[in-house]
Amino acid sequence: MAFNYDQYLRVNKMPTLWCWGCGDGVILKSFIRAVDKLGWNKDDVCVVSGIGCSGRFSSYVDFNTVHTTHGRTIAFATGIKLANPDKHVVCVAGDGDGLAIGGNHTIHGCRRNIDMTLIIIQNFIYGLTNSQTSPTTPQGMWTVSQKAGNIDPTFDGCELAIAAGASFVGRENVTAPKKLEKLLLQAMQHKGFSYVEALSNCHINLGRKNKMQSAMANLDWIDSITISKKKYDALSPEEQLNLLPTGILKQDTEVGEYCDMYEEIKKAHQGLRGPITQDDFKKKI
Amino acid sequence: MSATREIISSGNELAAIAAVDAGCMFFAGYPLTPSSEVMHVISDLLPKKGGAAIQMEDEIAGVAAAIGAGMAGIRTLTATSGPGMSLKAENLGLAQMAEVPLVCVNVMRGGPSTGLPTRVAQGDIAQAKNPSHGDYKSITVCAGNLAECYTETVRAFNLADRFMQPVFVLLDETLGHMHAKAMLPTVEEVQAGIVPRKTFDGPAEEYQPYGVAQDEPAVLNPMFTGYRYHFTGLHHDAMGFPTEEIETCRKLIDRLFRKVEAYQDEIESNEEYMIEDADILLVGYGSASLAIKEAVDVLRAEGVKVGMFRPITIWPSPETRMHELGEKFDKVLVVELNQGQYLEEVQRSMGRLDINKLTKTNGRPFSPSDIIEKVKEL
Repeated sequence: MAFNYDQYLRVNKMPTLWCWGCGDGVILKSFIRAVDKLGWNKDDVCVVSGIGCSGRFSSYVDFNTVHTTHGRTIAFATGIKLANPDKHVVCVAGDGDGLAIGGNHTIHGCRRNIDMTLIIIQNFIYGLTNSQTSPTTPQGMWTVSQKAGNIDPTFDGCELAIAAGASFVGRENVTAPKKLEKLLLQAMQHKGFSYVEALSNCHINLGRKNKMQSAMANLDWIDSITISKKKYDALSPEEQLNLLPTGILKQDTEVGEYCDMYEEIKKAHQGLRGPITQDDFKKKI
Repeated sequence: MSATREIISSGNELAAIAAVDAGCMFFAGYPLTPSSEVMHVISDLLPKKGGAAIQMEDEIAGVAAAIGAGMAGIRTLTATSGPGMSLKAENLGLAQMAEVPLVCVNVMRGGPSTGLPTRVAQGDIAQAKNPSHGDYKSITVCAGNLAECYTETVRAFNLADRFMQPVFVLLDETLGHMHAKAMLPTVEEVQAGIVPRKTFDGPAEEYQPYGVAQDEPAVLNPMFTGYRYHFTGLHHDAMGFPTEEIETCRKLIDRLFRKVEAYQDEIESNEEYMIEDADILLVGYGSASLAIKEAVDVLRAEGVKVGMFRPITIWPSPETRMHELGEKFDKVLVVELNQGQYLEEVQRSMGRLDINKLTKTNGRPFSPSDIIEKVKEL
């Protein structure tokens, strides 16, 4: 029997505002299938989004949902999760949302390791607001704010997440929806902060002026710059240049989760144990 | 509330204690002089009670996490000073639009910009009315003495849940760092006075969080309780979903005003000190009122009939009462630690421009002698 997406969707909000052929719908479906596999009760899930095309993600899924301000998704989610450590919190942000205006929150969300998942819908451009440069726009590409070609160096969100201490980091491409579903499932199962970058197409606002006018042309380009981590690791540094590895890029199950550690803080303040020490944080310095 | 308990403390510490006594279970903030002691104290108190306090990466994240906890359904606090208010402004607008209750303490210091970090001012009065862009009706209370740092914070939590919006509590550096005796109501009395936010307990399919009467706040059930709805800073419909439908947009903003205006009597709080037989009216609020009160006592002893009107809820302002007083008194003097931010509201409410002012913006508090001298010039 075909999978019933409708049970997790706000069907009366369809069609989405995403353009015809947009990859965001693939991410939405992969996410829903992963949640279904997890068997989460819809009442126990909160999806928090920011501003941009990705911002509308939260309004389409039938969970507790929050559409926040630009870039602040993780900060809002932090309050929701700390107030409800036993519930499931998923953040959805775009590349501009999560890596430009919200970059600071991404860094510290990764560092804190609160048990939540951040899905960055990475389409290399500000799509909703018509083609401005994003931190992930490749150098030299046309954007409406840099018509002579993007001068800003391109930013790798997964590298940032790894460096900032996220305990789970992965990347997938919407042309591989089954792999994306599996990665999202693993990320949401992971106890701690998980960062998932889902590469998506924006043939309208990235592709149109960069010789990728159709969804397929844009997706072919994404395929051409992505490679599985296993193959990527076998390449020389020169060959790795301008390629983005996919799959799980980092997973650390030893590091202490924030809400768990905060329970120890509570005990310490309640006189049930001494102050926490560095030894309580297994791998942390 | 009756004052039956003696405590020696500071204004910042009292604001933190008050929050916890009023049922606050979450704090998120960022260090900012001269407000940081609120965070220092509450980060000990909350985990003791089973709540949580977190120091976030910046002011924006501090208010965002606090609003998140408010969306989740618990009483929540953030604290800062002027520069932090400027940074929190956008997210406070989301809380106004999505009708999320929280209390935001602003311990005012000298501004603009970095200003005078460890010195007193009342320069954030105008900001407290409209910290964020767009149209909404703020509720701001202003503590005038040490005890009120406690009682007004308690009241702010009840107002936030009653009107489903952020409530600002203004302290200032003088009150925040003043360490002295205060007479407070008992914790039992505070707890007995807690009025939690309204919730809907009917079937989920009949629940409309924003589908309320035109002068009522939203009814937002706590998250994770089986009522799945949507929060957004966009214009939204009865279920919280984005819409640009003309009449829905008009009614939403109209309701954000009406829900406050229709219940001004529940929100308004003033102190009137010796004004019945007075010839001269002094208007002031916050820590400045401590000096004003002493000036009134000294002048009265010299036979000068002066009285003080002190708004405790400064937004929405007590415009009707101030209008009455403006008709009664020829001589009115507004005393404030800024260049006349509330003076404009007094002029507007009294419908006249001939209001005298005594202002100070050098980071130092008023001395009663400043005020006595000015009154004698009138």
